[in-house]
Amino acid sequence: MTMWELIRVNKRNSVLLLVAMAICLILLGFIIGLGFFGPEGGFFGLIIATAIWLILTAVSFSGGDQILLAASRAKLVTHDVHPQLFNVVEEMKIAAALPAMPKIYIINDPAPNAFATGRKPETASVAVTAGLLARLNRDELQGVIAHEMSHILHRDILFVTLAGIMLGSIVLLSQVFLRGMFYSSMSGRGRRTSSGGKGGGQAQLVLMIIAIVAAILAPIMAYLLYFALSRRREYLADAGAARLTRYPEGLASALEKIANDRSPQLASVNKVTAPMYIANPFKKKKGMKLSDLTSTHPPISERIRILRNMTHGASFKDYSDSFSAVTKTKTVVPPTALTKEDIALRQAGAETGKKERLETQMRQVGDIMRRVNQFVFLTCLCGLKLKIPPNYKADKVKCPRCKRTLDLPKK
Amino acid sequence: MTALIIIAVALGLLIIFVLFVIGIYNALIRLRNQVNNAWSQIDVQLKRRHDLIPNLVETAKGYMKHERGTFEAITKARSQAMGAKSVSEASKAEGALGEALSKFMLVVENYPDLKANQNFLAVQEELTGTENKISFSRQSYNDQVLFFNNKIQMFPSNIIANMFNFTKRDFFEIEVAAEREVPKVSFT
Repeated sequence: MTMWELIRVNKRNSVLLLVAMAICLILLGFIIGLGFFGPEGGFFGLIIATAIWLILTAVSFSGGDQILLAASRAKLVTHDVHPQLFNVVEEMKIAAALPAMPKIYIINDPAPNAFATGRKPETASVAVTAGLLARLNRDELQGVIAHEMSHILHRDILFVTLAGIMLGSIVLLSQVFLRGMFYSSMSGRGRRTSSGGKGGGQAQLVLMIIAIVAAILAPIMAYLLYFALSRRREYLADAGAARLTRYPEGLASALEKIANDRSPQLASVNKVTAPMYIANPFKKKKGMKLSDLTSTHPPISERIRILRNMTHGASFKDYSDSFSAVTKTKTVVPPTALTKEDIALRQAGAETGKKERLETQMRQVGDIMRRVNQFVFLTCLCGLKLKIPPNYKADKVKCPRCKRTLDLPKK
Repeated sequence: MTALIIIAVALGLLIIFVLFVIGIYNALIRLRNQVNNAWSQIDVQLKRRHDLIPNLVETAKGYMKHERGTFEAITKARSQAMGAKSVSEASKAEGALGEALSKFMLVVENYPDLKANQNFLAVQEELTGTENKISFSRQSYNDQVLFFNNKIQMFPSNIIANMFNFTKRDFFEIEVAAEREVPKVSFT
């Protein structure tokens, strides 16, 4: 079946990419060693490069997803906090045939966004912002969660983690080298150049220049490669979401809402965690065309157009056809995953438009967060909704509008 | 000397062949387990649906005094679905129950008070979730069955499948024609 075929191809591509980046890292270490320590220093540089890589790997594998969740201030929630979110995640877990239910987190932020983490499908987590929950209807939320499930199913998180470590090592190594060069040239000629003969000094200078050029170019190349692959994975996750939900319009209209959102940029995000999110968390600056190359995500308008163009079915083949028609380029889906599958689209769910005013949405964001923080909600007979903080200890409360005394539910 | 080489080569080939057969056999077992697991997922969700219905009826009853027929249809379809013995019987009864529920949801549209009730909204969300889970588990089951059936029909795994009596599985089809049809809209 094509979904499993896709996962297999993804695995192979990840390994290829990682090997390429590893070779890049080792070469860089070697050249820098040669340039910095002289002809015998190549292996020393290599050892340093490997050490940096090992340390970064150890750090991110010993709790990378926990660090990410903590850094984005995400809170683990149960079914009662947001039943709809919980149900939608379970629906997609069933559709994707994941072995275990992912953990669900809510992030206290009005900007609509979502991400998935966890290197194995068994230990995956999904995090959404309160802003996303307040804005999207059921079908749209389902589209977003399906996109995240596809990331989990395609093992994209493992890939992003490994590639990110490799990228981080390359960047760190060249930074250390360039800073080192800068300071040693500031402090005058060192022992290294004076000890060699005249010819040796010349050769050393050439090596030094090669090392500098490599140290400047390698991170740029690694970045571009990383971003290109990250964009490709986004397309594939969109294709997976359409296939899981049988309803591309849900994700398309969710992306549209996210793109048209006016709330401020997500507070806790940086360039390393950006590829994890469903839409680029960095707000666009005006007149930046280079950003297309260095972006971790494909242009959102293009993703929407591809999804809306899928009118015949919801298989990978249909997504791939639509992709070619919209972008006029060849497909992103691996050819072996393109066998014919007959998957009909379904109709919209019962719940229709969720067109509320901004203030209502913001109030909902607040309510979701209060529920996350274990506030008790109570509706008085006069219609007033009371929100009682968890540190309120008495078992009765007076309604501020109609002065009735209300009983608090037992905990 | 040459005899020894021939024996060694033959032995090597035999070992490779045995490993190959074991690999395919294990893959088939894994796929069959996945199919069975997907089937049990459907079962879990159908039970959940049966459990939710009394809740739904209880919440809605107070508001919908004049809709006794609708309630009776649901309750009857539920008890039939719960009493179903065979798979074909079950899918027929579940289809009827699904139909009764969607009719009920249409009737609810006429009762704005009920639609605003927090308890009812909670039950409705659970029901929508369960209906979706049923259709997604059916979808996933059919995916797994397709994969499994392809494997036992294609060369070379079909030989091993025949040797160990792996048989094709049936898709879980929707029995009720109405659920398959696109709802008709009439402008009269």
